[in-house]
Amino acid sequence: MWGGGKLGSSGGWFLRVLGPGGPNTKAARPLISSAVYVKNQLSWMLQIKPGVFNEYRTMWFKSYRMTFSYLNRIKSFRYPWTRLYSTSQTTVDSGEVKTFLALAHKWWDEQGVYAPLHSMNDLRVPFIRDNLLKTIPNHQPGKPLFGMKILDVGCGGGLLTEPLGRLGASVIGIDPVDENIKTAQCHKSFDPVLDKRIEYRVCSLEEIVEETAETFDAVVASEVVEHVIDLETFLQCCCQVLKPSGSLFITTINKTQLSYALGIVFSEQIAGIVPKGTHTWEKFVSPETLESILESNGLSVQTVVGMLYNPFSGYWHWSENTSLNYATHAVKSGVQEHPMSAEFAFKGETEELQANACTNPAVHEELKK
Amino acid sequence: MRSQGPPLCSFDVLASRAARPRRQRYDIHFHDKKILLLEAGPKKVLEKLSETYSNRVSSISPGSATLLSSFGAWDHICNMRYRAFRRMQVWDACSEALIMFDKDNLDDMGYIVENDVIMHALTKQLEAVSDRVTVLYRSKAIRYTWPCPFPMADSSPWVHITLGDGSTFQTKLLIGADGHNSGVRQAAGIQNVSWNYDQSAVVATLYLSEATENNVAWQRFLPSGPIALLPLSDTLSSLVWSTSHEHAAQLVSMDEEKFVDAVNSAFWSDADHTDFIDTAGAMLQYAVGLLKPTKVSARQLPPSVARVDAKSRVLFPLGLGHAAEYVRPRVALIGDAAHRVHPLAGQGVNMGFGDISSLAHHLSTAAFNGKDLGSMSHLTGYETERQRHNTALLAATDLLKRLYSTSAAPLVLLRTWGLQATNAVSPLKEQIMAFASK
Repeated sequence: MWGGGKLGSSGGWFLRVLGPGGPNTKAARPLISSAVYVKNQLSWMLQIKPGVFNEYRTMWFKSYRMTFSYLNRIKSFRYPWTRLYSTSQTTVDSGEVKTFLALAHKWWDEQGVYAPLHSMNDLRVPFIRDNLLKTIPNHQPGKPLFGMKILDVGCGGGLLTEPLGRLGASVIGIDPVDENIKTAQCHKSFDPVLDKRIEYRVCSLEEIVEETAETFDAVVASEVVEHVIDLETFLQCCCQVLKPSGSLFITTINKTQLSYALGIVFSEQIAGIVPKGTHTWEKFVSPETLESILESNGLSVQTVVGMLYNPFSGYWHWSENTSLNYATHAVKSGVQEHPMSAEFAFKGETEELQANACTNPAVHEELKK
Repeated sequence: MRSQGPPLCSFDVLASRAARPRRQRYDIHFHDKKILLLEAGPKKVLEKLSETYSNRVSSISPGSATLLSSFGAWDHICNMRYRAFRRMQVWDACSEALIMFDKDNLDDMGYIVENDVIMHALTKQLEAVSDRVTVLYRSKAIRYTWPCPFPMADSSPWVHITLGDGSTFQTKLLIGADGHNSGVRQAAGIQNVSWNYDQSAVVATLYLSEATENNVAWQRFLPSGPIALLPLSDTLSSLVWSTSHEHAAQLVSMDEEKFVDAVNSAFWSDADHTDFIDTAGAMLQYAVGLLKPTKVSARQLPPSVARVDAKSRVLFPLGLGHAAEYVRPRVALIGDAAHRVHPLAGQGVNMGFGDISSLAHHLSTAAFNGKDLGSMSHLTGYETERQRHNTALLAATDLLKRLYSTSAAPLVLLRTWGLQATNAVSPLKEQIMAFASK
């Protein structure tokens, strides 16, 4: 998708192609790494084809590190990052759809391929629940989120949708992959309570923006923004379907060297924690980028907090460090009231000042007497 | 596709219970969960508390009492009857060594409550929450259908239970609380490490010769097994005597007078003492006295028994058991279904209450996180927490039982010195008491 694989001359310089060769190599394909320097962009993308490690491993890592350290030195901070190609009307990436289609039946196997997502619920459900409870004055015991309407975008097999439904909310889960929704429907059908509270639809967010404008108390986009093509449009749509003062919850992966090394190389290629090809580093979003897009759409970011996965124990933990996974809570501005209340406050202040001005001469006179 | 059949009633939690009392927790996070309790026995309605004390009693630790009071059952027990004890003396038949447990401020160390009283208190409390908990008496599950390990499109992911009368239920979580011959455990195919002790326990209700304050629990280790006297009232105590099968049979069938004599001499006689051990014991006691001159526990004698309550002598066999796994997907075992212990430490029912407390806590957190109650992620948390505690206690109890089952001199010496040393080290005693009070 990010087709632009131009090997700029300056770009190509750092990276050496590690070709086949050497007596013991098992590689059928060469390990090719290329850096692409796109003009007018100070962002770098790296495309590393999954390959087999041969004895050039150390050289590969060294050149890789060298590349990144060079990149960091010349990269300038805080450059508003825009995507090259954003001409598509949809935010759904067909390549991603294919990847997820292959795993559509494996959602509910808690020890299977989606195990890390199951255990991530231990973090994200309390995160959503606690932030929403702040807005509810008296909540019902046993159904703390009763009365809330939530939209789960990219719900997959319903891993996050079901807990939210159990907590009493009415949830609509949407996903572009048909098989995912089928799996989710089937799974919730066994529980009569959930069956009534949750509704699933096969569609993308843009398709329902019109009919569901300003209807949701909360929108959840967990592990989704790193799979969409057009992040700005996506977040715009999220904002449109939210009620004023509604909450947007996003969990995603940061775009850093560490997230490349651990999130792609280690997790996908070495340890197999995440199926190969699930993530593409180019699409990762940094919290700063996310925050700037959210702010420009009228959402104010309340919390950004990092999440860490321990592959040995299988559990997630909150962390100060957002360089890998992180969660964000943003609130849509409450619009109409604010300008008015500011005016009144201002008026009130001027009135007070005038009143003080009136009394002061009186005081002075008395003192004089 | 669900198969056609009698209408399925679906529950969130289903507990299968044998005669031993268990209870359901009341917790605000379980507010809209449906709970079903299957009780094998009949409903026990106690119109009036009977004059005679029952012979089956349990020693309730302060931790268990806290649990019972957290959902209101302890108040019912207080309105009926119970006995608090403040000291416990444990001593050897083969030597002078003894250990005395008490709390510094003479707080209650534990409570002796009849099993019938506990059952009645729980039944009363269940009636109070009958809108959320359904109890089916005289019901026994005859078939369990477990969910597939791999989520499949057509099969239900829940546990299905068929009762003797043909009705079926489906539930997200099945709790097996059905005693040491647990049907749930067997049906789930969970391995159980167990062996029988060559001992049976004889229980009886005894009348003391004279009324005393009776707030001390007594236990003496005889070579044939421990004998314990637990206070029930100023004039009554409960006897638990673990001994060989033959001796137990004799005890139950002999005359009342002979039985009373046997009990008294078991507590009072010094026939098993040997000079060698006495001297060795005295030596260590002297050394301890030098180091810690202040606290000297002199051996006290339990009150003498005058007669035994007719028809209260019963015996039951003893054994040890421990389930290899406490949980499986959508199944959890608690109490005697998971572990069975020798009564010498008075910990059996308290371990069960500890299991309940832990499971309720894990389920409560899971419910507040919107989790499926039968999910292994929090069930394994319960299993780890309880297995660590229970395995230690089971091993310690088994070790004590074996250590005190002999009168061979080297072992007697070892245990004499061990007991005296433990008695001298107060922090160690406090640790033991704290562990047992949980």
